[in-house]
Amino acid sequence: MKQFWKSMLRSPSGVIGLVILILAIAAALFGPLLFPNSPWRMVQRPFLPPFTLSAVPLGTDALGRDVFAGMIFGARVSLLVGLVSTLVALVVGMPIGAMAGYFGGKVDDALMRFTEFFQTIPSFALAIVLVAILQPSIYSIVASIALVSWPPVARLVRGEVLSLRTREYVQAAIVTGQSNTWIILREILPNALSPVIVLASLMVATAILLESSLSFLGLGDPNLISWGYMVGAGRTVIRQAWWITVFPGVAILISVLGLNLIGEGLNDALNPRLSREGR
Amino acid sequence: MPKRVLLGLLLACGLTAPALAQEPKTGGVINAVIQPEPPGLMLAQIQNGPTQMVSGNIFEGLLRYSPKLEPQPELAESWSISEDAKSYTFKLRKGVTWHDGKPFTAADVLFSVEMLKQTHARARNNLAQVDKVEAPDEYTVVFTLKQPFGPFLGIFEVGSMPMVPKHLYEGTDWKTNPYNNAPVGTGPFVFKEWQKGSFIRLVKNPNYHEKGKPYLDEIYWQIIPDAAARSVAYETGKVDVLPGGSIENFDVPRLSKLKDTCVTGAGWEFFSPLAWLWLNNRQGPLADKRVRQAVMYAIDRDFAKDVIWNGLGKVATGPSASTIKYYTDDVPKYPHDPAKAKALLKEAGYKGEKIRLLPLAYGETWQRWGEAVKQNLMDVGINIETIATDVAGGNQKIGDWDYDIAFTYLYQYGDPALGVGRNYVSSAIAKGQVFNNVEGYSNPEIDKLFADGAVATPDSKRKEIYEKAQKILVEDVPVAWMLELQFPTITRCKVKNLITTAIGVNDGFKDAWLDK
Repeated sequence: MKQFWKSMLRSPSGVIGLVILILAIAAALFGPLLFPNSPWRMVQRPFLPPFTLSAVPLGTDALGRDVFAGMIFGARVSLLVGLVSTLVALVVGMPIGAMAGYFGGKVDDALMRFTEFFQTIPSFALAIVLVAILQPSIYSIVASIALVSWPPVARLVRGEVLSLRTREYVQAAIVTGQSNTWIILREILPNALSPVIVLASLMVATAILLESSLSFLGLGDPNLISWGYMVGAGRTVIRQAWWITVFPGVAILISVLGLNLIGEGLNDALNPRLSREGR
Repeated sequence: MPKRVLLGLLLACGLTAPALAQEPKTGGVINAVIQPEPPGLMLAQIQNGPTQMVSGNIFEGLLRYSPKLEPQPELAESWSISEDAKSYTFKLRKGVTWHDGKPFTAADVLFSVEMLKQTHARARNNLAQVDKVEAPDEYTVVFTLKQPFGPFLGIFEVGSMPMVPKHLYEGTDWKTNPYNNAPVGTGPFVFKEWQKGSFIRLVKNPNYHEKGKPYLDEIYWQIIPDAAARSVAYETGKVDVLPGGSIENFDVPRLSKLKDTCVTGAGWEFFSPLAWLWLNNRQGPLADKRVRQAVMYAIDRDFAKDVIWNGLGKVATGPSASTIKYYTDDVPKYPHDPAKAKALLKEAGYKGEKIRLLPLAYGETWQRWGEAVKQNLMDVGINIETIATDVAGGNQKIGDWDYDIAFTYLYQYGDPALGVGRNYVSSAIAKGQVFNNVEGYSNPEIDKLFADGAVATPDSKRKEIYEKAQKILVEDVPVAWMLELQFPTITRCKVKNLITTAIGVNDGFKDAWLDK
């Protein structure tokens, strides 16, 4: 573990990514304490440019709502959707991939055809359809993002398991009569975890982008403010009021960038061939 | 001070009778936006907004209506009403010809009435009180009613009752008649060509029955599907006329500030679109009158007007728009008063039960309005959950009475008997339909007032009845009236006299001219 943090902190991109993520999480957790007002509340005159009033530092939107408060509260939704939907995708994708890789044969065929069924449909189109059918709400959004993002996990885990399965220590475990579940959970998965963690950090970024795109198209939860919604609502007035779109847009950019940097840092730290001194 | 009064007078004259101020010039082409592309141009069969906007130039009705909804001659040059108010006699204008040269006579009127009863739902409804229609001679038409019907003189505008050429339609299958694609009317402009997805071209009718009119040579109705592109088309000079509703509200201030640009809210008096919130009177907290009143007090309607509608329109006082006959503002008032709303909620024993809000999926403006209203209601402690839906889904929910609060706006057609009563009388409660009494309000007194009002004579009696009805309704708050909507028409200032009647751009461009 110590070794991991050491190499993680040695890669500059990992550090920058971590700092960004920590800042975003802090904003999501503690921001609402600083801004007890709902971000939907109309607090000032509409279209107030940024940096004119210290009470609304980033200006107001078309209804006079505080853009800064919207960004703070939006961080909650974006991060929540990103993390939860990735978690759900992992919970669905890992067992499917592990079973396919471990058992092989017909099980593998069946599970992989099932996975490919989801992979052949463009994921964003599928997400739009799902949200539209289920009615937009935070639950349907998380569910549809999870549903379109688990197949890569399954494929990755399957590949790892396929290669680990032939290792001596797994063979030894089989010979000593360990149960399949025990072998998968205790022998194989822990060793397959590093690429999955890297993938997961990138999936969070993708999920944030997906949620933003859905909200941008008006398919967000109408009761929750999110960055994508703010960009979508401000898009049509961008010529009169650039700040309504630009600030949440920058927030999306930075947080997605941060997560990608973390992914890179994790990759450096977890990949045994790269993390050695003499690379 | 006197100077200012004089200026005001001059302005007033300029608005009501511009012909006095300036002599119209002949010639020129107008490019106008039509949004969306109409499904067809045969006005007797298709009544979409865009169809009427284009075809109002091709077809004509017996009457037009001034912005105060007074009847004016069009194809009928005069009319009289019998003593018992049951018989209406119209004298038709002589020397009127269809675009193909055939004369327009009383036979065409009789035929049109028969055809419209089958093809035009609103005309059928409007004509329900008609017993028989006769033509004593070629230029006289007599409508005989079963009983006096106050609003009868208000149903002859071109969109409600367009005149159709008998010689081209009689004995044919109306739906597949080839003239549906190249309509023939009596109007000031003749249909020339329609490049689907691009433009509709109308040219001047040289034989138009009003001498000297129309002034314009041609009208191009440009079809531009994207709202932002329509704004740009105006900015770049591709089009000169943006009819109401063809661009998004937030673009209105920007375009209004452009050089040589004139904006007017006139031309919607006949339709008088009124926006309100359906409140489901059947169930939950909203079944209590005090909660409904609290909703009225909680919502900041001036804010909606000033911010969401860019100052256009008017805060509604009750079920009738102020342009509708017999409107009165002598009714209980509901200013923005959150404290009073909270007190009423407390009195009614509201405990924070969840109330669903259904915004109207008609684009940005309505979405923002839904958010503002939700915040207003949350501020006084009403627990609102917004339900996201599309237009069809929303209509279905409202028609099935599966909602608590829902946005809508409806046309009122000039008279309370034509456009107001349908939303409040208990006989108009019918599950599955969207534009009737979907709130489920039922009050025998109101039923009787509206039943009496439609057939009462003389006018003063109707006035009395409808004023009473308005007072009762505003006290009961069956729905929460929001705004009298105004859809601004944006034009280059060189386009003169575009809007002269109560249906504005929909009434044809026969008075319009270009100041070059």
